[in-house]
Amino acid sequence: MTLLGQFALWSAFLLGVWGAVIAFSGRWQDRPELAATVTRSVYAVFGCLVVASLALWKGLITHDFNIEYVAAYTSRNLPPYFVVSAFWAGQKGSLLFWAVVLSLFASLAQLLTPRRFSALMPYVAAVTSTVIVFFLSVMLFGSNPFERLPYTPADGRGLNPQLQNVGMVIHPPMLYLGYISITIPFAFAVAALLSRRLDAGWIQAIRKWTLVSWLFLSIGITLGMWWAYVELGWGGYWAWDPVENASFLPWLTMTAFLHSVMIQEKRGMLKRWNLGLIVGTFLLSIFGTFITRSGVIASVHSFTQSNVGYFFLAFLTVAAVLSFTLLYTRWPALQADVQLESMLSREAAFLFNNLLLVGIAFSVLWGTLFPILSEAVRGTKITVGPPFFDRVNVPLGLLLLALTGIGPLIAWRKASTANLRRQFVGPVASGVVALVALLAAGVRDGYAVMALALAAFVAGTVLQEFYRGVRARRRMHGESVPVALFRLIERNRRRYGGYIVHVGVLIYFVAFAGMAFKVQREATLKPGDSVELRSPFGHTYKFTHVGISQYEALNRVVSAATVQVEVDGHPAGLLTSEKRQHVDSFKRPTFEPSTEVGIRSGLREDLYLVFAGAVNGTEEAVYRFNINPLVWWVWFGGFVLAFGGIITMWPGGGPVVSRSRPAQSGYGVTLVGTGTESGAAAGAGTE
Amino acid sequence: MKAGHKFLLGAALIVGSVGFLIGEGVKETGVYFLTPAELAAKTAADPTFVENVGFKVGAKVVPGSVRRDAAARTIDFKVSDGIKTYPVTYHGLVPDTFTDANDIEVVVEGRLGRDGVIRATDVLAKCGSRYEAVPKA
Repeated sequence: MTLLGQFALWSAFLLGVWGAVIAFSGRWQDRPELAATVTRSVYAVFGCLVVASLALWKGLITHDFNIEYVAAYTSRNLPPYFVVSAFWAGQKGSLLFWAVVLSLFASLAQLLTPRRFSALMPYVAAVTSTVIVFFLSVMLFGSNPFERLPYTPADGRGLNPQLQNVGMVIHPPMLYLGYISITIPFAFAVAALLSRRLDAGWIQAIRKWTLVSWLFLSIGITLGMWWAYVELGWGGYWAWDPVENASFLPWLTMTAFLHSVMIQEKRGMLKRWNLGLIVGTFLLSIFGTFITRSGVIASVHSFTQSNVGYFFLAFLTVAAVLSFTLLYTRWPALQADVQLESMLSREAAFLFNNLLLVGIAFSVLWGTLFPILSEAVRGTKITVGPPFFDRVNVPLGLLLLALTGIGPLIAWRKASTANLRRQFVGPVASGVVALVALLAAGVRDGYAVMALALAAFVAGTVLQEFYRGVRARRRMHGESVPVALFRLIERNRRRYGGYIVHVGVLIYFVAFAGMAFKVQREATLKPGDSVELRSPFGHTYKFTHVGISQYEALNRVVSAATVQVEVDGHPAGLLTSEKRQHVDSFKRPTFEPSTEVGIRSGLREDLYLVFAGAVNGTEEAVYRFNINPLVWWVWFGGFVLAFGGIITMWPGGGPVVSRSRPAQSGYGVTLVGTGTESGAAAGAGTE
Repeated sequence: MKAGHKFLLGAALIVGSVGFLIGEGVKETGVYFLTPAELAAKTAADPTFVENVGFKVGAKVVPGSVRRDAAARTIDFKVSDGIKTYPVTYHGLVPDTFTDANDIEVVVEGRLGRDGVIRATDVLAKCGSRYEAVPKA
């Protein structure tokens, strides 16, 4: 099968080069049959990569340990679903996964993009094919998934125990899907620049793609937090690790783009900025891969460190130079149609939102690269950790949260004083009420109080928007409340889906604020000994060590330590944490021991138990106990965010997707700044 | 004042605060990342470094130097880069990756005591062979 796989990779490589060369040459502009050839080459590359992927999967499933990749990441006793997911568990498989998914997206872009954009498509294919060719050359010349060993091991090494987790089966592909789908908007941006079709056309063509990419990144990052929380055992879900930062960076710039693009659609401003954001987001996604694969920056995610990182560095440099040169040569053609009219306008709110998002991205990038920068400039390596990122990003994040509430309340172009008063009274009141309530309840952490009060303000904004929209529909169409609510969202998916995303974001902020109050304690306990912890919600938890049991499971030897939990004197069941030694089918240990955290999740607080080991083989156990407030809300916030995101991109959308006025479609906001109420009414009236 | 100018003022304010927060953050929270040899050079050049300045040291654990007291949750070991060796003492739980194998790389955060022992506040570990293929049969 490796022969077939190799052959498929080489075929894809040659077809990709061929398609890219024809497409970049531009000769298809006079000869339509060449444009058709370019499209067919995109599909053919996809076909080849599907064959290559099936070949790798066959090797994994049949336990062909002569293939180096199969021996390195699977073993005979590995559960079947982990054998299947081992496809993307290692670097070589990830590269193939990346290439095959990118070529799927490239094909879908060719297939699904409406005909009115056909003048862009060969250039789009040129860019996507170039990126695919890059990934193929990394595989063929650096890190080949079909490489064979000179001998056949009796069993493979098995999958790293930290990756033997359902979250890990879906978390990397979700992030990859996010990273990979950024390539399509980037390809359209470059195509617009190359073809000098610099109107809002390319932006309409990529709207769905940017949302897809943003959604996958959001889900991937949240699943990553969940995996870190459940598997890494340090007690939290976000550590500002370089690899986490690498996934956060393109998310920030993509979020900025999703907002600023509305200004270009409605007002013809920010053309250069938007192109810059898309190019930047693409480069950050490649940069993320470079960081994770090269090991230039120390990280807990120690992937195989290899020369592959330098392929990415070279590609990153070339892509950056070419894209920005191209942008520079088209600079004069990208003049804004109008100027900003007032600071009290939604445009201005969006501009500040963009500056903050990019500012946060810059500080995260700066902090991540600081060890390298300081060594290059001053000769000493200086690192910054979570305290730096918290210090910089908490205030910026709170400002951003405030804008999340302000933006939707201000009219486009120029808001009147009357408009402002009418819009702000409700939301500000809800924020103030929350602030007073929190202070009265004795909450004294400044940032946490601000986060929670601002979250209440944003919630007020969103509720007011929904309330007024529903009221307008009820008045105009005499609908019942549930029907009016459903139709309101259905007819203005982009707007109200966006508000639901904002609710998801504010839930994240509430959850993050909760972590300011976490409680932690370490203890060594003999059976019968106990410790007490007082939780931020005022409960007293008593943990009594019951004992340690040992047993063998499918592919591991387990020591399980159990505590009895009591809440305010009432028994509340048992909690168990395990130390696992993974073994292959010959009972030889494979990896170092790993910890399985015991978690009891609740709406208010999580109990988080880490068994750090037994004292000299006795039943005396070393534990770490954490009480983590509001963690459940991170996962729920992710769910709400994803739900809102899906609404904004749900296909169809009824009559609002009008071909004649595409720039205004899907908003339900009137162009002239008469306030949001009339906008909601106009939206509600769209039938 | 025109809206454009007001906006530029606001933008400058945001950019300025981001820059200020970054600069201040680096100054307040940045720590040296040194090899044992660099740490020795630093302390020789600047004696006030001892006890006063926090740093991180990246090095290998000297094989056989690890002494664990599980009940007290303390661990003592030596780190070396082949040039200089420092003893380390840490009270707390080390990660699973800190095993007794021979090729453990660690990042130790802490301060140097007058007795020449690094008092660690955090220990990260990475096992050299962690993600590599099966040992040659």
